[in-house]
Amino acid sequence: MIRILVDAAAIDVAVEMATIEAAGAGAVATFTGLVRADDGVGTLELEHYPGATEAALHAVAASAVERWSLLAATIVHRVGVMQPGERIVFVGTSAAHRSAALEACAFLIDRLKTDAPFWKRETRGSDTRWVEPRGTDDAAAKRWEG
Amino acid sequence: MAVDILYFAWVREAVGIGQERIDPPAEIATVAALIDWLAARSEDHARAFADRGRLRAAVDQVFVPLDASIVGAREVAIFPPVTGG
Repeated sequence: MIRILVDAAAIDVAVEMATIEAAGAGAVATFTGLVRADDGVGTLELEHYPGATEAALHAVAASAVERWSLLAATIVHRVGVMQPGERIVFVGTSAAHRSAALEACAFLIDRLKTDAPFWKRETRGSDTRWVEPRGTDDAAAKRWEG
Repeated sequence: MAVDILYFAWVREAVGIGQERIDPPAEIATVAALIDWLAARSEDHARAFADRGRLRAAVDQVFVPLDASIVGAREVAIFPPVTGG
């Protein structure tokens, strides 16, 4: 079961956990990304490409389900304006065993960074700037190739 | 044939609009040719597209290289490299 949600509302981890656990597997792995508070960021704004974003996330999730025989894969992503400390992304996987759940969870978060059309804009004081892509994200995504 | 052009992030801000419907000449057959044609239409487009190396594109919501065909496309999006997640 694949669940993809791109929304401006806050991410409810309890609801998402319950959905993944309901898949009935022996192992659940989750990842939560938060807006970093330690580097002077006042607000973070996420822009996306409606329709294309959901399709890209669904494609990444479907490939994880096939590769690790997952019972469930969830990707929930915030868009809009966020404050430091708020949840920006939640990834969850359910599989028969822990290694598959953990690996698939890492795969999903690495790949959605490079495969999905999101753009970040940070505000520090009166300065607002679009975030440049990071080479480390590309490297993290590439380790799953082959 | 008319095609919807979508812009995102700083490309959207530089062009000044998020979306427009245009009808390019039939000989405009690739994303790169479309960008060149759009850049000749206004100073805002020219400024947004000044550095072609910083542009990415999607045709009908599928990521493509700039030399990809737009023949028959209904929607072309032009945007910076993604920084999401």
